Amino acid sequence: MDMLGEETIVYERPATLTDLSSHYCPGCTHGIAHRLAAEVLDEMNFRERTIGVASVGCSVFAYNYFNFDFVQAPHGRAPAMATGVKRVLPDRIVFTYQGDGDLASIGMGEIVAAAARGENITVIFINNANYGMTGGQMAPTTLPGQVTTSSPTGRDIEVAGFPIRVSEMLSSLDGAAYVVRRSLHDPKNIRLAKKAIRAAFEVQARGLGFSMVELLSTCPTNWGMTPVDAIHWLETKMLPYYPVGDYKVGPAVAEIKI
Amino acid sequence: MAIEFISGCKAAAEAARLANVDVVAAYPITPQTSIVEYLAKDVSNGRLKAEMVLAESEHSAMSACVGASMVGARAFTATASQGLALMHEVLFYAAGLRLPIVSVIVNRSLASPVSIFADFKDSLAQRDTGWLQFYVESCQEILDSVLIAYRVIEDSRVLLPAFVCMEGFVLSHLSEPVDVPDVQTVSKFLPACDPKYPTLDLKDPKIFNVMAFPDTYEEFERDKQISMLNAFEALQEAYQDFEKIFGRKYQDVETYRVEDADIVLATMGAAAGTAMMVVDQLRSLGERVGLVKVRTFRPFPRRQLREILSHARVVGVLDRDLSIGSTGILFQELQSSLYNQPQRPLMQNFIAGLGGRDIHQGTIGAIFQSLKDTLQKGFVEKNLNWPDENREVLSIWGLPVDHDD
Repeated sequence: MDMLGEETIVYERPATLTDLSSHYCPGCTHGIAHRLAAEVLDEMNFRERTIGVASVGCSVFAYNYFNFDFVQAPHGRAPAMATGVKRVLPDRIVFTYQGDGDLASIGMGEIVAAAARGENITVIFINNANYGMTGGQMAPTTLPGQVTTSSPTGRDIEVAGFPIRVSEMLSSLDGAAYVVRRSLHDPKNIRLAKKAIRAAFEVQARGLGFSMVELLSTCPTNWGMTPVDAIHWLETKMLPYYPVGDYKVGPAVAEIKI
Repeated sequence: MAIEFISGCKAAAEAARLANVDVVAAYPITPQTSIVEYLAKDVSNGRLKAEMVLAESEHSAMSACVGASMVGARAFTATASQGLALMHEVLFYAAGLRLPIVSVIVNRSLASPVSIFADFKDSLAQRDTGWLQFYVESCQEILDSVLIAYRVIEDSRVLLPAFVCMEGFVLSHLSEPVDVPDVQTVSKFLPACDPKYPTLDLKDPKIFNVMAFPDTYEEFERDKQISMLNAFEALQEAYQDFEKIFGRKYQDVETYRVEDADIVLATMGAAAGTAMMVVDQLRSLGERVGLVKVRTFRPFPRRQLREILSHARVVGVLDRDLSIGSTGILFQELQSSLYNQPQRPLMQNFIAGLGGRDIHQGTIGAIFQSLKDTLQKGFVEKNLNWPDENREVLSIWGLPVDHDD
């Protein structure tokens, strides 16, 4: 021990995460997304004033992993429920954590309306190009030609239409203050994702309005890939269709320096 | 015909394929999802020639079925629980527009708290929407009931939509040997889709879903009521033809050893199989007990049940559901059906199997014991009973164990 000298802790579990093993599949990037949100809330010292709204999908159990008050919303309605919470308790930090099956499909109406109203909430949006919880069916975000259990010969754009780029779409709404897309496929992008989550919570803390960070994520189990192949697929297939970038940064938001 | 070892979900998908549906519009929800997956596969490999609409929600899925049915297509969907609750608004449209759509319901409890496991509340909560409702006991019955449902609801005397309900996981994920008929045999029973109702037709222009004022709205409701009751006749004919063609016999109400029974238990769905076994055990001990399985819940077979139960002295109703603040829903229906009888049985309600709690032999044994006690006493001490309550949880939560309706 002597030769190691004084012990220096360089990495530990964020206090905002409970001491539980998650139910997420090996290689799934939900764990990274959870951790980034938790690190940010720790650093901003927000944990004691944060309320989370869970969605339906794999992240339905997010309430088990974040160590603060949580409520699970009806499928797709997390932004509406978060609106109710935030309007009554405007001094709290209120965020939703939603997948693409929840936000981009059944809940498309709610996310558009919440952004249009400029609701002062933060949304963490996981885009993994399929419905994960029910076993990998085609989602609005599924890529053209992508094979899923409900598009067994690949998504046919003639029948099922084109994938929806949610960040780009929401960026057209005047009510949205901060809408960005990031990716969780490598350390550099993970760091950028964390900065964006930090900025999103900062937007809310300053009362600047609706903020959303879309995170491109992997679903190795339902994609039928190893975690490494899934990362590669995200990088080579998803990124070209869903480019990372800042789609809406309102004037007051631009002044935030992180 | 071929005997295949398939799950309830697969049996439902096979039935839709055999019914040669034109449109499938659905949204995945546990435990219904694999029905959609099987049909997506059938459509993609050409085994079923149908439009597959992977809708963005159940509300949209049912709306797409309504649209398809309005132009004369045979439409199919499947859902469960929250998905069915989300469809609720559109269910009234489908019934009011007199559209013969079939939806398989994979019964699952409703939030909150969230549960993915079986009970009947999701479909029973839709009992006033104008849909026929069938509750099945086996994977074979799922397949058969979808075919029977289309045949009956496309009949011009009926023209209303229908649910075929199976308990989530208990049947949806259970594999059993199922006789899967071939398309030619099915076509003898269920002819190709030939709408007997007004459709959107450019050659004969019409407007649908117009406003009805107080002078006619009531008669629209009454028309649906009459058509719903007409279904009994259409069902009897369908059961007879079905038996002739496929050799399997169905009834709106199925009975087991009730002829000389003093004590009869009524229930729906998969618990009937377990209850039959308990009836046999008790019969071997000399107890005069029997079972009634209500297969058709809408229309509710009031007359048939009155006849079947005319000699019973005590009737128990096992409800895998609860209308909070009242009683089990089957109990309400059955008790009101018997009320005007000159000789009414004593009746007791038993709530069990909510949120997927297994209904096992012991539960049903305890129910029969309670009914026997009632028979001996000659009066009902407790209307509403919880034969499989979790006393530990009740105690922790400080809830009273001894309460009645």
